[in-house]
Amino acid sequence: MNHPCLVTLERDSAPRTLFSGDRLVEVDLPVGTRVIYPKPPLEPLRDPDAAIRYALNHPLGSDPLHARLRPGMKVTIAVDDISLPLPPMRRPDVRERVVTVVLELLADHGIEDIEIIVATGVHRRMKAHEIRHMLGDRIFDAYWPDRLYNHDAEDTANLVEIGRTPHGDPLVLNRRAVESDLLIYANMNYVPMNGGYKSVAVGLCDYASLRSHHNPHSIRASDSYMDPARSKLATDIERMGRLAHEKLNVFTIETTINNRMFDRSLDFLVKNEDELTSRERALLKALVVSTAKLPQPARHAIFDKFPAPYGMTGVWAGAVGEVHARSVERNFEQYCVPIEGQADVLVYGVPYISPYNVHAFLNPLLVQVLAQGYLFNMYRGAPLVKKGGTLILLHPCTDKFDHEQHAPYVDFVHRLLPETRDAVLLRERYEEKYARDPALLQMYRTGHAYHPSHPFFMWYWGENGRQHLGRVIVVGADNEYIPKLFGWETSPSMEDALYRAKNGENRSLSVTALHVPPVIMGDMTLPGGATG
Amino acid sequence: MAACYFDVDGTLVRTNLIQPTVYYLLNQGTPVQTALRVGKALFRAPRMAYAELLDRRTFNELLYSAYAGMSEDRLAVLADEVFDSVLRPSLFPAAKDLVEKSRAAGHEVVFVSGALDWIVRRLANHFGGGGVIANRLEMKAGIATGKLLKPVVAGPEKARIVRDHARERGYDLDDCFAFSDSYSDVPMLSVVGHPAAVNPDKRLALLARAYSWPLFDLTAHA
Repeated sequence: MNHPCLVTLERDSAPRTLFSGDRLVEVDLPVGTRVIYPKPPLEPLRDPDAAIRYALNHPLGSDPLHARLRPGMKVTIAVDDISLPLPPMRRPDVRERVVTVVLELLADHGIEDIEIIVATGVHRRMKAHEIRHMLGDRIFDAYWPDRLYNHDAEDTANLVEIGRTPHGDPLVLNRRAVESDLLIYANMNYVPMNGGYKSVAVGLCDYASLRSHHNPHSIRASDSYMDPARSKLATDIERMGRLAHEKLNVFTIETTINNRMFDRSLDFLVKNEDELTSRERALLKALVVSTAKLPQPARHAIFDKFPAPYGMTGVWAGAVGEVHARSVERNFEQYCVPIEGQADVLVYGVPYISPYNVHAFLNPLLVQVLAQGYLFNMYRGAPLVKKGGTLILLHPCTDKFDHEQHAPYVDFVHRLLPETRDAVLLRERYEEKYARDPALLQMYRTGHAYHPSHPFFMWYWGENGRQHLGRVIVVGADNEYIPKLFGWETSPSMEDALYRAKNGENRSLSVTALHVPPVIMGDMTLPGGATG
Repeated sequence: MAACYFDVDGTLVRTNLIQPTVYYLLNQGTPVQTALRVGKALFRAPRMAYAELLDRRTFNELLYSAYAGMSEDRLAVLADEVFDSVLRPSLFPAAKDLVEKSRAAGHEVVFVSGALDWIVRRLANHFGGGGVIANRLEMKAGIATGKLLKPVVAGPEKARIVRDHARERGYDLDDCFAFSDSYSDVPMLSVVGHPAAVNPDKRLALLARAYSWPLFDLTAHA
């Protein structure tokens, strides 16, 4: 019997409503299509603050936090940045809750030398209002900007090499974090690839340290990067992380949230279309029509304006390995839907948001990384689609970039991709050169642009899809150029795309559709009970 | 190997071409000389303002005519003072970091300015060295004639000079960078593969956005 979140379409099934950027579109999928829906949100913790205190007092593999404190010590608190959750959550963000409790504890122990670093890695600097949203007014007003600030991966004076891994890779970290008596990392484990050893080793490092694992080889050897046990990326980062945790005194706090991305008024967006009430059906229809008619900024505002009502489902503290195992387990519990057998065709709508376009337009390179990277990797066991299979995605692929955040992306898409799509070649020929671009570095350091190496990582992140899929067909693209640049085909309708996927053969294709967002992972079992 | 071409006034320092000139005029040998020179300059001011609207090169020529009659020694001595009193306090906080990042990327750093070469050379030294492309006063028997030697570094001419410089050094212009704050430098920005608008005026900011050129503000600290 199918899992309740796995719906097989029948002859009289309603059309499915999928995201296509910030539009909602109705598509008819063939009879027999398996549509995977998100699991219902896990019940949030009744008293998150009490749960945080409990976690700090009953840590895993470590003494309680209070036992590791002494008056006068130098403490740094690092927190994950705005790239998660998506969209940003309603206040108070779980990081505000965690840091508030930690700061109270530090004050009780006579600790005054405290700094809070937003562990951005090579992501863009968060803006003041975003940090205020994430950490709350009280913390922001007390610490910003001198004792609460963004990490700067190019501030050579404030970076220090702490050593090399057994493989010879250097690890350079934020000096303040390294020189602190205690580093407390407050993480938000939105998906299984977040957190763990990655928090310190990536969030607080420099570009050179990232290079050893942020590369096409690590990505290609990950199956998938959402499954840490089978991710070479995770293994490579863990090597760095172990070095960091050997040299630094780190206390890890990880949190998980449920998947309640939409408020109750938009809850119907995640429901099986056949089970909608007549009121919900009318509302959904109205959204489909209005997102088709409204101008782009208005469409964006509908989804961007309202923070998500995510609920905190877990908090653990102590030694990174044990803590992270618990948060990943909770992620899987929320996201994994069991499914048997890979499909010939995988369908999904690419939504309007990714970790790297909060408050900005989803540029084409980010569409690519969602399509061939993050969404493709949403599986455990084996990919949802057969090797050489077809991905049909819905997105306009508009050739537009946010000038402030995504300045380095423009050259990558329009200057480098026309030369080659080969990720290894791009890395060898161009990555380091672009990573040293003085203008783009300045935009990263003093503006709010991503580091010039970031678009390269975004291309590598799509490597699994590129290597595995036979074809990618885009439905609803507003131009031919961008899809062609990515090696994708375009199609005017889902019907036409499915016809093309048959490739002239007279056979029926097995189709699986992922009804995202919010996050769903397919827990794949291959016929006969094997996993990939 | 490539070069980074930096416009100076408004890009790396808050000052413009007029401020150093005013400093020179106010620091003549005697109060009478100062009064005479300032008076002449004020007389020319409306013409300069009009020239600035039409053509940067004409503006430069009018501006530097104020130096006519000054001795080379005096100009050289005052150059140190101009740098220390006018330029150094007006350097943008992040300017040095930008120049250092350019050097760290392996690029030759070249300062391209309509200011006088004596002053720009001192600025280059402050930034740890680099090439200087700047205006030079014509001298006769150790006295400035008030005319500029060709080529006059301004507007479209900057583009030609940068192109020639890159060709002489064997640089591929496509790999070179240029930084400026002013719309009048669009020709220079357009000849390199990596143009960037720094603290841009409105027209340049619009253009930079239209062409997706990097755009940033050096007045902010890193």
